[in-house]
Parts: sequence; structure tokens; C-alpha cells
Amino acid sequence: MTAIIEVHDLVKRFGEHTAVNGINLEVEQGEVFGLLGPNGAGKSTTIKMLITLLPPTSGGALVAGYDIVRQTANVRRSIGYVPQALSADATLTGFENLLIFAKLYDLPRKIQAQRVNEVLAFVGLAEASKQMVQHYSGGMIRRLEVAQSLLHQPRVLFLDEPTVGLDPIARQAIWDHLLTLRSQTDMTIFVTTHSMEEADKLCSRVGIMHHGDIVALDTPANLKATVGGPETTLDDVFVHYAGDTLELGGSYRETSRARRAARRLG
Amino acid sequence: MKLQEPAAQPGASASTITSVQPRHLPALPNFIVKTLNITEWEIRKLRHDPTDLVTRAVQPALWLIIFGGVFSRIRAIPTNGVQYMDFLAPGILAQSVLFISIFYGIAIIWERDLGVIHKYLASPIPRASIVVGKALSAGVRALPQAVIIYLLALILGVHMNPNPLAILGVIVLVMLGAACFSTFSMIIACLLKTRDRVMGIGQVLTMPLFFASNAIYPIAIMPAWLQVIARVNPLTYVVDGIRMLMLYNAKIDLGSLGVDVLVLLVITTVLVSIGAALYPRIIQ
Repeated sequence: MTAIIEVHDLVKRFGEHTAVNGINLEVEQGEVFGLLGPNGAGKSTTIKMLITLLPPTSGGALVAGYDIVRQTANVRRSIGYVPQALSADATLTGFENLLIFAKLYDLPRKIQAQRVNEVLAFVGLAEASKQMVQHYSGGMIRRLEVAQSLLHQPRVLFLDEPTVGLDPIARQAIWDHLLTLRSQTDMTIFVTTHSMEEADKLCSRVGIMHHGDIVALDTPANLKATVGGPETTLDDVFVHYAGDTLELGGSYRETSRARRAARRLG
Repeated sequence: MKLQEPAAQPGASASTITSVQPRHLPALPNFIVKTLNITEWEIRKLRHDPTDLVTRAVQPALWLIIFGGVFSRIRAIPTNGVQYMDFLAPGILAQSVLFISIFYGIAIIWERDLGVIHKYLASPIPRASIVVGKALSAGVRALPQAVIIYLLALILGVHMNPNPLAILGVIVLVMLGAACFSTFSMIIACLLKTRDRVMGIGQVLTMPLFFASNAIYPIAIMPAWLQVIARVNPLTYVVDGIRMLMLYNAKIDLGSLGVDVLVLLVITTVLVSIGAALYPRIIQ
């Protein structure tokens, strides 16, 4: 197996606040890797650095073999990204949303429509493709965004909290699609989440982040075995490693303060 | 609406059917193509939802009918023999372009909150084409305004130049003006980062830009200090160019028209360069 993401001593500071505190990480090609942690642990900041939205303060990373600081254009061509918010354009149809991105990602004109229909069919939106996105449910929009991120066949797919705010059925559908991807292709999937259930269902390996550090890194099964007996859930593992945060660091005030500082000091 | 979330379709694989070999364009064609893609997006949106085009017609209509109506009666403003309504119509067209474009930055803050900008920035689109594409989009949005004001002006008996080339010139100036002010607004948005602040600054700026221009009275009657401001105000150049091309009896002085276009091009280019550099900051 070869590493498709290599992270070396990655640091991001916003003024006094250290969001990511020198993490090291390797993700193998074809695996579904989950970055877990409470709000404010540094997951989103890490993903933003890996997809070239934020420059690191120090350290670095290779994504699909390209440096995230010096080879941003190559990194961007190699990745797909589904942001946390439901970002599809509500005033266009599902088909149009994807067609625009097919063009922006340089798909040859001849295959644009075909490829768009193909990924729409993959996420089960073929019939809804001519409807305006404002009539879509949250789950449909999320699936549309997964489809969009697949248009150019990225080597690594980044998803930032992909199922936040979705009902259980819609969440299950997203998981099914990601697992299908995992079995059909050698695409690597990198997902951040604070849902233990999600990590357990999807991920071949998880890293638990806490105050900007990766405090545990292993398969879900091994993590459970390390912390306790056969009855242990990933929730227990999470509390074990990040327990104090649930009361202190994960509070709304802490998080919003960190985000404000991040925004101000950029 | 479907209640059931469908499973992944077997056979409709995410990657196996169509082999996707992205084409690689050289830098300049790539920049132009991507800019037009972003603009196409805006045109598609407008086509689906043209309602706000109608509401935007209200304000210029009031200016023309009420302000224009009153000031036409008292003949207080020396307009070089041009009827005041004729003098005013191009000014109100430029004003409506300004009023639409100066709040354009709010749209990109909206896009940031939705995560659209994150998707742009994580994709291989050149930053400058995002900004120029947005500026052109603002230009496209301003065009229906020109149509509406031409119609209003026709009804109010303004003597307009029917020459298609002149009308094309007006279109170019409207788009340039919109590109200029919308890019300025995007820069403000990148620096201030919240909708309320951009709205506030926009409101603070519109009136001074409007009154310190030749939109509703000629520069010659202004006090000296205001004349200085009017001459560095981009809106003055938009108005000047449109007035020359839109009115029937106006003398088209190619030299001064060239100056108008050149000034707007230079200012817009400078603003776009600043905007492209600042754009990634809006997500931080």
C-alpha cells in the first residue's frame, strides 16, 4: 500500500490560539479515513490546509504526491471536496449545478452532459435532475454535492462533516454511497466527523483530535480494544481521549471564540 | 418528492463508465474560459428567477418621473441647451448601475456562508477568473436595468440615439461601470467579512458617489472642492460616456469617450488585481 496523504508536523496558529499543533499522519490509498473530535478540536482547520484553503503556519503535507503549499494547482486537480454547509445553488437545477462544475473542472465538452448524468444516477438523483435545487430535501442536496465532487474522478475525496443535520435515513444513504465508492474504486476518502456511529460504519481507520493534537490513531476495532472490553463503543473511546473537552473545550463559547480569532487573524 | 432515499445504482459507477481526461488549456485561454463559465452561472440564475429585475426598476422610475418631472419645470440647472429630462436619463442609468453593484459584495459573503467559495477555492479555477467572472456577472445583472431605463426614457419623451453602435457603446459602459463598482464592493467584503458591515459601507458610499458626480447636474456648477472629487469619481466617467452615446443630439467626441473607457478599464483592472489577492481571505 502507498500513502496518498502524508502530513508532517503540520501546525496552524491564529495569533495566540493554536488550532493544529504539529500533527503527523499517513493515509493509505483506497482507505476511508475519519478525523474525529469535538467542535474546536482542529478538524476543519486540518482539512482546510489539506485542500489548500489555508496555508499552514509550519510543517506541511503531500496530497496525491503534491505539496499543499508549493503545488496547489496539482493538489486541487487531484481532490474533490464536499463542504460542511449545503452549498449547492438553490436557484439552479441539479443538472445545471453539476454542469457548471464539469466546466470548471475542464471536463471535455463532449462528455460533460454524459458524465453529469452518470454521477447523478450514481447518487440516485437522475429523476430529480431537472428540478430546481430549492425543492430538494437536505439529503438530496448532500447527495448532489457528493455527485459534484466526483465529476472529475478525484483521487482523494474530502468530506467535512458530511451528515451533519441530516435525518437518519438520509444519513444512511450518504454512507451507502460512500461505501459503494470505496468498494468500486480505489478513491481515498477523508472525512471529518463528530459522530462515532459514522466513524464506526465508514472508516477503516480513525484519528481522534483533541486540542489540535491527534491523540489516538488506529482502526475502530483496535481503538475499542485498547480502551476497554468487548462491549466498548467508539463513544467510550472518544470520551476516553477527549473527555474533558466535552465539558470545557467543546463549549459553544470556546468554539466561537476560536473561530472568531481565526477569522480576525487569518 | 421522494420519501425513500435510493441506494447507489449498480452499474452507474462513479468512475468506471466515462473516462474523464481533463483537458489542459494554456493560462490565458483557461482564464478566459473560466471567467465566462462563472458568468454563465449568473446568467442561468437570472433566467430562472427574474423577479428582482422588476423591483429594481422602481427606484430609477421614481427619480426620472418625480425628480426629473419637478426639475424639468423649474429649469434651474444649466444643461447646455439639453432638456433636463434628457440630461437626467443617462445619469439615472449610471446611478442604478452604481446602486446595484455597490452591494454586490453581500452576494459573495452569502456564498462564503454557504460554502460555495470553499468549493471554488478548492478547485483549479484561477482566482482572478473568479473575481473577473463575478464582475462580469454584475455587468450582466445591470443590463436589464439599462433596458428598463431606455423604456422609461422612451415613455417620458427623452430624445435618444437609435444608432445600434451607440447603444452597444452604452451596454459596454454599463457593464464596465458595474464591473468597477462590484469589484470595489467585493474588496470591501473580503476586508470586512460580514453582511451588515458591507451593507453599511455601501450605504455610506452610494450617496457621496452619486452626488459628487455629473449624474444630476453638470460638474461646472459645483463648488471647486466638489469638482475635484467629481473628477476622480469613476461614476462621472460612466455618466459622461453614457450621456454622449445615449442622447440623440449629443456630440460624440471619440477622444473624451476613449478617456472615459480607459479610466474605467484602468480602475477596474487595479481593483480586480487587489480583489484576486484578497479573495481567499474571505474564508478565514
